Amino acid sequence: MKKILGTRVEVNHPEDETVIKVEHLSKSFKLPTDRSSSLKGSIFSKIRGNKGFKKQQVLKNIDFEIKRGEFLGIVGRNGSGKSTLLKILAGIYYPEKGKVTINGNLIPFIELGVGFNPDLTGRENVYLNGALLGFSHQEIDNMYDDIVNFAELKEFMDQKLKNFSSGMQVRLAFSIAIKARGDILVLDEVLAVGDEAFQNKCNQFFNKIKKDKTKTVVLVTHSMENVRKYCNHAILIRDGVIKIDGSPEDVANDYSLENTTRYTNDFNATSQRTSAIENLKIALKSPGIVSQKDKVEINISYDTKEDIPTHVAITLWDIIRSQSIMNSNSKQSPTSGKKHHSITFKTSLNELNDTNIRAYVSIRNQDNDILTYSQEDESPTFIFRRSDYPDPKNKTTNAILFNRGEYESHEKKSSQQ
Amino acid sequence: MSIPRVLNKKNRILLSELTKTDFKLRYQGSALGYLWALLRPLMMFAILYIVFAKLLRFGGDIPHYPVYLLAGTTMWSFFTECTSQGIQAMVVRGDLIRKISFPKYIVVVSATLTAVINMLINLVVVIIFALINGVEPSWTWLLVPLSLIELYALALGISFLLGAINVKYRDITSIWDVCIQALFYAVPIIYPITMVAETSPLAAKIILLNPIAQAIQDIRHNLITHETITTWNYVSNIYLQLLPIVLIIVILILAALYFRKKSKFFAEEI
Repeated sequence: MKKILGTRVEVNHPEDETVIKVEHLSKSFKLPTDRSSSLKGSIFSKIRGNKGFKKQQVLKNIDFEIKRGEFLGIVGRNGSGKSTLLKILAGIYYPEKGKVTINGNLIPFIELGVGFNPDLTGRENVYLNGALLGFSHQEIDNMYDDIVNFAELKEFMDQKLKNFSSGMQVRLAFSIAIKARGDILVLDEVLAVGDEAFQNKCNQFFNKIKKDKTKTVVLVTHSMENVRKYCNHAILIRDGVIKIDGSPEDVANDYSLENTTRYTNDFNATSQRTSAIENLKIALKSPGIVSQKDKVEINISYDTKEDIPTHVAITLWDIIRSQSIMNSNSKQSPTSGKKHHSITFKTSLNELNDTNIRAYVSIRNQDNDILTYSQEDESPTFIFRRSDYPDPKNKTTNAILFNRGEYESHEKKSSQQ
Repeated sequence: MSIPRVLNKKNRILLSELTKTDFKLRYQGSALGYLWALLRPLMMFAILYIVFAKLLRFGGDIPHYPVYLLAGTTMWSFFTECTSQGIQAMVVRGDLIRKISFPKYIVVVSATLTAVINMLINLVVVIIFALINGVEPSWTWLLVPLSLIELYALALGISFLLGAINVKYRDITSIWDVCIQALFYAVPIIYPITMVAETSPLAAKIILLNPIAQAIQDIRHNLITHETITTWNYVSNIYLQLLPIVLIIVILILAALYFRKKSKFFAEEI
């Protein structure tokens, strides 16, 4: 059976505004089912009629375009296919179906410092790494000072790399990555390196490159902060298909939702503390993203096996700030009887700042003893996003957004004393 | 992989950079450094010389037998080093292949080029020894590079073919080790081919159809003594004479095609 492959072509049309074009791209991998990578193993499994692998479809018919000067963020959960996509763009993996067109000089950084050798000096490593990225000796000569200055390693360059601290190694590798003169930079989750001063420097650099209309950057990241900060175009990949191709804000919101509500919001709390309560079920009735105008609605149902009065206690937990936002309970109106209970909790959060929230639920008796509770992965989560953010450009990190409270001046009194 | 792409500037730079690194790193941390490139084969030669020339008294009728032996062992170590480095190259450089895109053949060629450099250094030693031993310089010395190219082409072909298979089935490395041992005795390196010819001329002819034997005997003939038995002066049929060369060309072309076809998937399989 002849396999018809997709294609990846590199062209150079400076007048064309599209720098990366992906059309109907699909990719699958053969995952070996038997562990041996030996002739014997493979011959035996062939004899047994075992194919020896199962096919995993990683990318499914993907289409998108990147224009010159864009700063594109690709986000997606682990295993969603984004690294595979990046490797196909970089020409490391071969497209199985479809067509990838790269217009310009693409420099991939799937990992920093590829080919770095501890026994070579810093300088030799820069030249080797440069050659691997496709630069000539002369081109690296021209970039060399820039790289070394950015890394702040001038006096160390003639030392062997093994005598560099790990932070210094990463700094050198990263400096090569961002000082390399290419039209298209492809970066795989490599932003968080170096100490704070170096981070600030990188931050400045990315803000500069964002404005540069001749350079295109493709960044794979898990940091929604970076997506919002640097990108002007973003793609969300889920299970090998593009879910959203649009603004960084849309993608970041959806991705956060995807991550916080990774467990379905219908729960069967399995961790029973006492046998008095069974079948604790917690369901988020309101949408996954709510604003200050919406009500948060959670339905709690459970069976009491003994004839005792019980009530529900809820803690809304701010996942981002790791703190409790509010506690609420129905102690004033306990229910009793050996039966099925269903209670709906409603509240609105009009003073809260943007965050992700998890609702912990416990069922308690008269004495406030916990009879059962929901664990972290059993508690519904949702995203709170204000629609009336006072100054969207300038977000604060406070949990409570508005300037509340009254001030009374006592100056007069004190001067009279 | 058209010719201009194979030889374009970018690939040439990468090839030379990788080869330089390989060579630089090979003897790093050893007290004698690059000297080992000379010492190792010389010591191997000393052992073989004592065992075969002195104890077993091989090669009595061959003029300049010590350098004749040295030339053979030098070329043989070149061939084994070249193939074993070449076959291993993709796996050794797996890290690069997984993370960066470049023509994969460069990795194989750079690994084998280190062996070529070593061989050239050793060849100088062979020539010095030959002159000391009283070998007269001859115009046939100019033919030696042809045989070296032949030997390298064969080693490269084997490296491409087995290196590509080795990506998926690592057994190849072990299998090749055994093959090398067998080949060592199938090629007249430590024993003179005359010893075989005396008992069975047919066997000697078959041995000489092996491209490795043909190349090594040619080098000995052109460099050390014209009394060396070669494929050309021992096998009479003209078509059979050409068989070793045809074999090398066929192996190299098929191996390169196979390697090119498989190299698209090395990054996933390695």
